Amino acid sequence: MSETTGQLSRRDGGVTATGLGKRFGDLWALRHLHLRVEPGTVLGLLGHNGAGKTTAIRILTTLSQPTEGTASVAGLDVVGQAAAVRSRIGVAAQQATVDGLMSARLNLEIIGRLHGMSKANARHKGDDLLERLDLTDFASALVKTYSGGMRRRLDLAASLMGNPEVLFLDEPTTGLDPRSRGDLWQMLTDLVRDGTTIILTTQYLEEADRMADDIVVLDHGQTVAHGTPAELKAQIGDDRFDVKLTSADQLGPAVGALTPLADSPPTIDPELLVITVPVKSATRAIDVVRALDDADIEALDVTRREATLDDVFLTLTSTNRPTEEVAA
Amino acid sequence: MSNTMMAEAAIYTRRNLEHIRQVPEKLINVTVQPLMFTLLFAFVFGGAIKVDGKGYREYLIGGILIQTIAFAMMGPAMSIATDLQEGVIDRFRSLPSRRASYLLGHYFAELLGAILTIAIILLTGLLIGWRAHAGVARLFEGFLLLAVFSSAMIWIGLWLGILVRSPDAVMGIGFIIVFPITFLSNAFVPIDSLPNVLQWIASVNPVSVLVAAVRTLFGNPVAPVTKHIWPMDHPVAASWLYSLVLLAFAAVIALRQYRERTTE
Repeated sequence: MSETTGQLSRRDGGVTATGLGKRFGDLWALRHLHLRVEPGTVLGLLGHNGAGKTTAIRILTTLSQPTEGTASVAGLDVVGQAAAVRSRIGVAAQQATVDGLMSARLNLEIIGRLHGMSKANARHKGDDLLERLDLTDFASALVKTYSGGMRRRLDLAASLMGNPEVLFLDEPTTGLDPRSRGDLWQMLTDLVRDGTTIILTTQYLEEADRMADDIVVLDHGQTVAHGTPAELKAQIGDDRFDVKLTSADQLGPAVGALTPLADSPPTIDPELLVITVPVKSATRAIDVVRALDDADIEALDVTRREATLDDVFLTLTSTNRPTEEVAA
Repeated sequence: MSNTMMAEAAIYTRRNLEHIRQVPEKLINVTVQPLMFTLLFAFVFGGAIKVDGKGYREYLIGGILIQTIAFAMMGPAMSIATDLQEGVIDRFRSLPSRRASYLLGHYFAELLGAILTIAIILLTGLLIGWRAHAGVARLFEGFLLLAVFSSAMIWIGLWLGILVRSPDAVMGIGFIIVFPITFLSNAFVPIDSLPNVLQWIASVNPVSVLVAAVRTLFGNPVAPVTKHIWPMDHPVAASWLYSLVLLAFAAVIALRQYRERTTE
């Protein structure tokens, strides 16, 4: 394949989804998913376990058939043109999908050759990726002897063997140590600069904040928010106070005392005894302290800070079950 | 998708052969086991079993060959069940390769294993006094029949492995089905030595027909036929029919089962 055709096809790449849904029995694992991912950008799919992230990835990578809706990857329909889609994508699934009974090198060689590369090219490309992912020293070892982190890196190498236009990463940094995580982020940044479109799922908000141009937050299969990291933070108000209490039985009364100041419902961390209150603009620290004092609540600490994606995530995905959290 | 289906199948075959190289124990079923059976029947039971003609060892080899090939379906069943249980199948499914190539890769690797098995059994036979008494054409037909029957059993194994989903279940089911079918036949004892009911069972058992065909083609003793049904009177023709029909049927159901299993 010449560089020119590669560049041309990248231009109409990207990913779209319209009303995408998947039902397993009576349960909708994913519903009404709309996506528009421009070529060369990164979309972060954010959500808890079971939110529908993996289901979305499996449909977009042709492994699963949608129950409703349509989707296209690199301009190709994921159902009608599944075979063509497969030659344009790379997938690193949550469960590492490399073959334990072969060396890392042979794993990559076989994947490269299934992508239509010659044996020599596949070996060359494989060695190059092993080098970039810091696996060269273990290239000839059987993959079953690899640690979890090494497997994930090899899995990522496998997903890059076909020079994908669109790369799907399902929780790519789970099980990686901080240094490997940093290396991975750098590598993904390089790929995006070269025009690769990336869809990644994550539970790490730092990752979405750092990597993603756009974020879709999923909860119970539904899209609960969609926007840039900045938009999502703006949507739920900028400032919040973290109030640390001394005992668990004060959590309920404290929420009651602080609610008049809140912009949206406070969130509670029952283990750390911390209530996070997204406050209306122009709320002062003294207002918070007075509210607590009037209710006869002893606070250990009151801290003002800007909203993080964690707050976005907690606010958006916990609104369905605030009582449950208060009770806890 | 620039690979042809055969090129893809060759790549998958390479993978499966590498598995055998890394875990040679996978071949125990089809190497050590037939060797043990051959020696056990030749030296322990053989003295007590009366066969007319050139003696029990000449009689035995045809039985061992068919029994071993029938058991060899466990290998592909285990391999594919293991693949399906692990994430590696998703990797292959997300690559630009055809479903059939993946199954063909398993098939070719297992066929090479079966050829090795047949060679081991025949060499062991030669060492303990088995000889073929047939011309080149009949010998060739005999080998070809063994290869086609092996192919049919491999595809049955692939189908079973896709169907049952777990390598452990494969062992149990394979043993329960294959063990009685191969023993309730003429593989180790002449049919006329069996009680009447078992004579009927053994005579309609395709294993008996295949064993008789191999003995016929290799010019080894064929014990008297007691129940004159068409397959037992024409073992070579019937064996070709059985093997080819079974092969076609098994390949179709394996492919269909795989498609169903990998669609979600």
